[in-house]
Amino acid sequence: MQGFGTVCHSPTEPVFHYRWEAVARALLGVVAGAVQASGGEFRHAIERMEPGHYLTSGYYEHWLTAAATLAVEHGLVTRSELEARAGGRFPLSGPVLAPPIADAGPDVGTPRFGVGDWVRVREWHPPGHTRCPRYVRGKAGTVMRVDGIHSLPDVEAHGPARRREPTYSVRFGTAELWGDGQRGAWVHVDLWDSYLEPS
Amino acid sequence: MSQDVHHPAAASPVERRVAALQALLTERGLVPEGFIEETTRRYEAETGPMNGAKVVARAWADPEYKERLLADGTAAIAELGFGGPEGDHMVVVENTPAVHNVIVCTLCSCYPWPVLGLPPAWYKDPPYRARMVRQPRAVLAEMGCPLPVEVEIRVWDSSAEVRYLVLPQRPPGTEDMTESELAALVTRDSMIGVARL
Repeated sequence: MQGFGTVCHSPTEPVFHYRWEAVARALLGVVAGAVQASGGEFRHAIERMEPGHYLTSGYYEHWLTAAATLAVEHGLVTRSELEARAGGRFPLSGPVLAPPIADAGPDVGTPRFGVGDWVRVREWHPPGHTRCPRYVRGKAGTVMRVDGIHSLPDVEAHGPARRREPTYSVRFGTAELWGDGQRGAWVHVDLWDSYLEPS
Repeated sequence: MSQDVHHPAAASPVERRVAALQALLTERGLVPEGFIEETTRRYEAETGPMNGAKVVARAWADPEYKERLLADGTAAIAELGFGGPEGDHMVVVENTPAVHNVIVCTLCSCYPWPVLGLPPAWYKDPPYRARMVRQPRAVLAEMGCPLPVEVEIRVWDSSAEVRYLVLPQRPPGTEDMTESELAALVTRDSMIGVARL
């Protein structure tokens, strides 16, 4: 998504601007520990926020909303309890739209691609969580690094199953991504094996 | 913390929501005594760009360390005692006269906590996340880092498990400085890659 205007940059700022931000941050840790949420499940809880709420609230309100959503979904608290205590509406994230993944298939132990290989990002549009950025889907680039083997977020966000795969850093030219004549700039995106196909 | 303890404002809706969740989780015995204070203290006092600055200064002062840092960032950073969550898979990218590196997380806010601390607000907000991959040269110029056209820009989107640290160029005229004097020159923004030193 584009159209946001200039970056509101400050050279220094406090770690937490308000006390509630620090509390919200810590409470996410409490909830994630209590319900054993994976990183994928946590990120997906933020991504399921109502888009208008997401874009008009800051980072720690995202964390608060994810923490409360996971706490309700895992039965630690109820929405009506939260709203009674807060004295008003307590917006939570929307429902999970992807079915739980029971069988994620075998792990991938050997990288399919090597440094210098030309690859293309698959048209990859899962109904649930993914770490395949939309702006590189369908685009071709060059593998620059083969990184470690890591749990595929698309699987771990949707249940206890795990599928571990190699990850790669892939370099894309700005002409390939945007076609607008920018020169001398490259964008490197880190991608799981499943997101890629030979090009 | 910018709260005014002498004249506290009425709690905002988001503060009331945080307090509600905190109270309910505490009643259920899920919040260990002192957990919130300790978590907050750790991120306010123990992590931050002062750690990354030590890594950069060591790399400037010790060519063998720099070589190790660029070959295996995680291990070389651990030599200085830094590591942990969001720092388990570190890649250090080096600026040169011909190449400028800059880091972003378009999907959320991934950032190398052990060496830079928690990310600043602008790094997590939509304008930076959307535009740094779309118009990197223009965004850098807007942020006070104009680059000659012949300098190649490499943007690194932290979209999987690797976290990046930019190794800025050592400023001229610093040959006689000690490592701690060098560290004092290194800014957070230079290690994100939105500033040159």
